[in-house]
Amino acid sequence: MISEAQLRELLDAISATITAHAEELTTLDSAIGDGDHGANMKRGFDAVAAEAAALAGKPLPEALKAIGTKLVMTVGGASGPLYGTMFLTLGKELATAPEDYTSAFRKAVDAVAARGKSAFGQKTMLDVLYPVADALDAGKSKAEILAVANDEVAATKDRKAIRGRASFLGDRSIGHIDPGARSSALIVEAIAGAL
Amino acid sequence: MSNVGIVIVSHSPLVAQGAADMVRQMVGDEVPLAWCGGDPGGGLGTSVEAIMQAIERAWSEAGVAILVDLGGAESNSEMAIEMLGGDKAGRIAICNAPVVEGAVMAATEASGGASLAEVQATAQELSPA
Repeated sequence: MISEAQLRELLDAISATITAHAEELTTLDSAIGDGDHGANMKRGFDAVAAEAAALAGKPLPEALKAIGTKLVMTVGGASGPLYGTMFLTLGKELATAPEDYTSAFRKAVDAVAARGKSAFGQKTMLDVLYPVADALDAGKSKAEILAVANDEVAATKDRKAIRGRASFLGDRSIGHIDPGARSSALIVEAIAGAL
Repeated sequence: MSNVGIVIVSHSPLVAQGAADMVRQMVGDEVPLAWCGGDPGGGLGTSVEAIMQAIERAWSEAGVAILVDLGGAESNSEMAIEMLGGDKAGRIAICNAPVVEGAVMAATEASGGASLAEVQATAQELSPA
C-alpha cells in the first residue's frame, strides 16, 4: 500500500527529475523530433506538482486517473496522450485489482502501445516500458530494474524509428537516443528512488 | 444545423485558421466549422482541451469530422474523443487525409447533407491507401 506521504514524495520526485532533465530531453528531441519534449513534459509535471498535495490526498486509483487527465490536458504534443493513457490505465486497473501493481503496469504499457499504434523495438518509450514490465514480472530488484531501463534507453540509439515524428527521418534516426525512451527511464528512476 | 461539422486541428494556429478560411471561402457557411492549433503553453503543438472545445463549437447532430496534421494532432484528437465520451464519441470521425485539401473536400461533401461516413470517405480518397 502506498501512503499519502509516499505518493506526495513520488509526485515531487518525478516532477523534480523531469525539471532537472528537461533541457537534456529537448536536446535529444531536437535531433530526431521537433525539440519540444523537455518543455512539454516539464509543463505537464509542473501542473501535476502544483496540485501534488490535493492529488496525494485521494485514494491511489483516483489520484492516478487525475494525474493522467492532467497530463493529457497540459503536456501537448504526442507524449501527452501517451503518458496520460499510462496513468489513466494504472488508475483504472488498480481500482479493480488493488495491490496488483505488476499486472496494472503491464496493462498500462499495453494501453500506451494501443494509443501510439506501436510495439517494442520501434525506438519509442515502449522500448523501455516493456522490458521494465518484464523485469517487474520476474520479481527483479530495484537496482536491476533501473539497469534494465538504462540499458534499453541506450539500445534505442541503434534502432530506426518506425513510429512518430522521428520516423520521417528514416535511416537518419539511427545514431540518436529516443527522447521518449529517456523520459520513461527517468520516471522509472524517480519512482524507484521514492518508493 | 444537420450537416456534418468539420474541425481542423493543426500544430500551428495559423495553419488551422488558414485552412478554415479556405473552407469558408470555397464552401460557404452551410457547414459548422471550428479550428484549433497550438499547445497548452501557446507554442506549436496541439491541446486536448482545445480540441474538445472545437468539437463542441462545430457540433452537429449528424456528427463531426476532424482533419489533423501531424502525429500528435491525431493522438490528441483520439484522446479528446475518448474524454468527451458518451453518445457524442460515436459520432466523431478522424479523417486520414491532408489537412487543407481534406478539410475543403470534407466540407464540400458535408454541405450537401452527406453522412459522417460519406464525409470521411471523401476526405480519405485524397490519401493513397
